Amino acid sequence: MVTILNQSKKETFGTTQRKDLWWLEPLVYAIGLGLFLLYATWAAFQGKNYEFGPYLSPFYSPLLIFDWWHFSPAFLILWIPAGFRATCYYYRKAYYRSYFMDPPACAVSEGCSGEKYTGETTFPFIFQNIHRYFLLGATVLLFFLWSDVIKAFNFNGQFGVGVGTVVLFANTFLLTMYSLSCHSFRHLIGGCMDSFKCGYQFKIYEKISCANEHHMFWAWTSLFMVGFADFYIRMCSMGVWTDIRLL
Amino acid sequence: MASPYRMKNAKFKVYRGNASEGQEVEYTVPVEEGMVVLDAIHYIQKNQAPDLAVRWNCKAAKCGSCSAEVNGKPKLMCKSRLDDFNLDEEINVRPMKSFPIIKDLACDVSWNYEVNKKIKPFTPKENTNWIMKQRDVDRVQEFRKCIECFACQNVCHVIRDHDLKPKFAGPRFFVRVAGLEMHPLDAADRLSDLKNDMGIGFCNITKCCTEVCPEDIHITDNAIIPLKERIVDKYYDPFKMIFRKIFGMQ
Repeated sequence: MVTILNQSKKETFGTTQRKDLWWLEPLVYAIGLGLFLLYATWAAFQGKNYEFGPYLSPFYSPLLIFDWWHFSPAFLILWIPAGFRATCYYYRKAYYRSYFMDPPACAVSEGCSGEKYTGETTFPFIFQNIHRYFLLGATVLLFFLWSDVIKAFNFNGQFGVGVGTVVLFANTFLLTMYSLSCHSFRHLIGGCMDSFKCGYQFKIYEKISCANEHHMFWAWTSLFMVGFADFYIRMCSMGVWTDIRLL
Repeated sequence: MASPYRMKNAKFKVYRGNASEGQEVEYTVPVEEGMVVLDAIHYIQKNQAPDLAVRWNCKAAKCGSCSAEVNGKPKLMCKSRLDDFNLDEEINVRPMKSFPIIKDLACDVSWNYEVNKKIKPFTPKENTNWIMKQRDVDRVQEFRKCIECFACQNVCHVIRDHDLKPKFAGPRFFVRVAGLEMHPLDAADRLSDLKNDMGIGFCNITKCCTEVCPEDIHITDNAIIPLKERIVDKYYDPFKMIFRKIFGMQ
């Protein structure tokens, strides 16, 4: 039996000869990112239940309260991590595939012609090039988040460890690893040079490159944990959950 | 004792035809242990279709000649073991979609060689001291592993779906440029060419090139993204642009 084909004919969206579940990965990413976006937007609009005992939600850290600002204080902060993740080289892959279907998966047809495609050469995607400035902003926020972790050990002047302390520590550690494994950071600490100035610089570059290989892991785990940290503090603050003291 | 593989047959659907029209023709091939898709194609060529056109050379995943699409994925046929496939289903073998078909599985990949000619070659600084540190060489060594199978060019959606060949060089040549740009003794500047003529901005980092590379070159993370960052340094970073204006640096 033979099948007549015209190889040069334009294909419709989703045409492929792949026999694996190529649609599963973009679907999971779309659901994961979508759920986080919905929760983060809802939590940012709340403007309450972001503190409990020594804990402060990472969505609201540093806590900036001004008389002239009539909206949730989260909005003064969240544009920095949102911009950092939106321009991140890993998330670009994830959302170009999952939301823009450009392409939906490797060797799966987009079903569109080339004339309109501009990639990252024109507005709005040309702004992906400012990723390094969001990295700078996110690094500043990390100092506040580590300061919150230190405060989370202080229960009315007494040293202590609660489940919330562990949650905030894990969240800040994962966010730090996500920032350290950033491609722009790797470029700034040595990738921009053709020749490393000294062995120490090369060693740091090697370590950062090693973390960079797992950038996707740090991206997803830190995304989940930052959402969970806010959720945990919110639940404690609303009296739904009780924060258990470990020490 | 007879090998269990002798009992099994695999069904192949192989593209037969030219660029304008062709057909998928079914063939049945007896499977032997350790067999790869290229072995099956050779079996068909020897026993069932002597006029089947296929390009191959080393059969050791080093020459990059036998690129094709096996079950829709760009692969080297010589590196695609049959025991990785479900032999109860047909295995589809088609030529690379992004290049004009000459006949059957053989494609015309000459466009790639034309792109290659446009890249500024290695240009050492004047009075170069030809001593390099191992740590500087290690980084560019990865790019030398490329065997030019063009699987990355074939899968890249900028070429495959949008057909932007005149404006876009493709991942294989970003790898080559990365190897030259990061070379500790090279003095040529290719960033302007990368941005304007080679169209690196069309790449939207979807990493398909890395997924299909048979040499496991981290094309996106180690070549394209570092080059994009260097483009940002030169063309999009306002602070660096001001710094260069003030201090008159290149």
